[in-house]
Amino acid sequence: MSDKPITIIKPQNNLFALNIGNLWKYRDLVLMFVKRDFNTFYKQTILGPLWFIIQPLFTSAMYMVIFGRLANISTDETPQMLFYMAGIINWNYFSECFSKTSNTFVENKNLFGKIYFPRLAVPIASTLTSMIRYAIQFSLFLVFYFVFFINGTPLSLNWMIVFTPLILLYLALLSLGFGMWISALTAKYWDLKMALPFVVQLWMYATPIVYPLSLIPEKYKVLMIINPVVPAIEFFKIAWLGAGTINPYHAGLSVALAAIIIFTGIIIFNKTEKTFVDTI
Amino acid sequence: MSETVIKVENLYKEYKLGVISHGTLYRDMQSWWAKVRGKEDPNSLISSSHGQEAEKDSFLALNDVNFEIKEGDRVGIIGKNGAGKSTLLKILSQITSPTRGTITIHGKVGSLLEVGTGFHTELTGRENIYLNGSILGMNRHEISDKLDEIVDFAGIEKHLDTPVKRYSSGMMVRLGFAVAAHLDTDILIADEVLAVGDAEFQKKALDKMGDLSTGEGRTVLFVSHNMGAVKKLCNSGIVLGKGKIDFDGSIDDCIMEYTGLSNKSEENQCYWENDGSIKDQVFTPLKMYLTDASNQPLDKIFNMSNIYVVIESEIFEIDSSFNMGVELLSNTGETIFLSRLGDYNTPKISKGKNMFYIKLPINDLNAGNYQIKLGAWLYHVRYIIQPESQPTIFFSVNDVFITEFGDDKRPGFFAPKIEWKIIN
Repeated sequence: MSDKPITIIKPQNNLFALNIGNLWKYRDLVLMFVKRDFNTFYKQTILGPLWFIIQPLFTSAMYMVIFGRLANISTDETPQMLFYMAGIINWNYFSECFSKTSNTFVENKNLFGKIYFPRLAVPIASTLTSMIRYAIQFSLFLVFYFVFFINGTPLSLNWMIVFTPLILLYLALLSLGFGMWISALTAKYWDLKMALPFVVQLWMYATPIVYPLSLIPEKYKVLMIINPVVPAIEFFKIAWLGAGTINPYHAGLSVALAAIIIFTGIIIFNKTEKTFVDTI
Repeated sequence: MSETVIKVENLYKEYKLGVISHGTLYRDMQSWWAKVRGKEDPNSLISSSHGQEAEKDSFLALNDVNFEIKEGDRVGIIGKNGAGKSTLLKILSQITSPTRGTITIHGKVGSLLEVGTGFHTELTGRENIYLNGSILGMNRHEISDKLDEIVDFAGIEKHLDTPVKRYSSGMMVRLGFAVAAHLDTDILIADEVLAVGDAEFQKKALDKMGDLSTGEGRTVLFVSHNMGAVKKLCNSGIVLGKGKIDFDGSIDDCIMEYTGLSNKSEENQCYWENDGSIKDQVFTPLKMYLTDASNQPLDKIFNMSNIYVVIESEIFEIDSSFNMGVELLSNTGETIFLSRLGDYNTPKISKGKNMFYIKLPINDLNAGNYQIKLGAWLYHVRYIIQPESQPTIFFSVNDVFITEFGDDKRPGFFAPKIEWKIIN
């Protein structure tokens, strides 16, 4: 008897009972979800994984025309194609993970209502799946980067590119944090589900994707602190293109805010998973 | 050996009713504010003092449920729709939390509330076995070890690498059940899983569940409306009604309790006497019982002929519209036959005491529990005995067929011994 696990089921009162060990036991499930999502993404399509490339390519081209030519917005002396693509692939990664995580409970209500497993496995898996997509899009970025490099375009590549994986990890955690907050609230108030695509779109314009941060007047830059995506995008641009602005003090505050969001996100997600089947 | 593996103490589950709207947010804030101040939730039913509004807006799906389950028990949970069975299983499988109370479980729990949970139609049978197995809590190695057994049980060898969207619904169900049945758990929780699939599959699934519990000593909790399946699989039971435990004990007693035919009041079973509740100026029944040639009241019948229902009664007035009837019902309440006074010949009743002897065609009745109800009325005028207060007696028929293999139970109401003529 003693070798058997003991489970105690109680109303959840302790907010910090996160049970991360349980998640580790289900690591194979996370891998199966990643495999499922990746395999089924391009089923019944002709172009298959090519879609991962087409989307950032055409979007960058479109931005070049609209924001680069027509609106004549500066890209801080960097090649427009690389500037937009750098913003798009990072923003795409964040927004996709954020949207998917936000819909965790609503989209999986049938599954969650029938079987128990750590619910966090679902958003973690979709964050990992999106990393595969990120890798493909990042390779596309490298291809263009290489082309510009050969053609003699001055690119201020520097040692900070070694932090690229950390930028990705930061975006992953940040999208999980925001997504978990929204998912917990959408489980009860579906209004947020309506608002989400719209919020994501507005958020993109509040992030320096189609314009450089240097274009923002100094007195408004402080507002950027409340958008923790900004330091990640700027850091990426500094590392690869040498054109970004990071105010270490502002960035520090943003990252601290991100940490709070991630931490509270896990707590509220964990609390919601116990009872959301009753309200959804 | 029989240690407690599941212990449920003071379990409550409260549900909020109604739709989510702007009022919900207000009440959520109200409850949260009360909690912050350390006061009782004004919107909860469990609070000692609650307002009128709370009563309308929430209900208790489980209301102070307590029980213990020992290792190796096969427990059937029965009850009407809405009795709280599914809520109980959902809490035991950790899909939702209780509102109050504690459950302690020793051992790994596998729950099967639906067959094929999480199947993805675009993936192949093999991929789905891995996916479904992982969802149920197995790791890759465990699934790989059991893959052959699962495929074999589901009978899908040829289609293992076909996307499941090409599967028939029967194949999907078989595959889903096969994965779950090969889970390596100490406790298996199953809800109505046998309600799907054809009769052959249901039998196979039931046999497999029986093997798991008797062969491998696993504890099984099984919810079903199919009393036959419950009876076959389980050895003990819990009857839930309106969120409370109405009864627990052996599965046979539970089924009796559930079907409204408790054997607990043994002494009054086969004998009814008017306690004064039925009084009428035309006809008043006094006693009803069964008897045979001995003229003594009986309570068990060993398939003998000459069994009579005896109705002792008093007639005060001869009314041409008077009639009465005797109805034989099965223990599940289905009518087997209804016989009325005057069906066979013109009745000769007289004022004063009348004894009615109704000979039952009982030699062909199958083993089982039965009930007899008495009705009386004035045609097109009124009931003498109201339908809801009909005098009822209960009896059982035992051992219809006794062979060298022991008791041979047959389905059906009748078990006639029919001569088979053979021409060689």
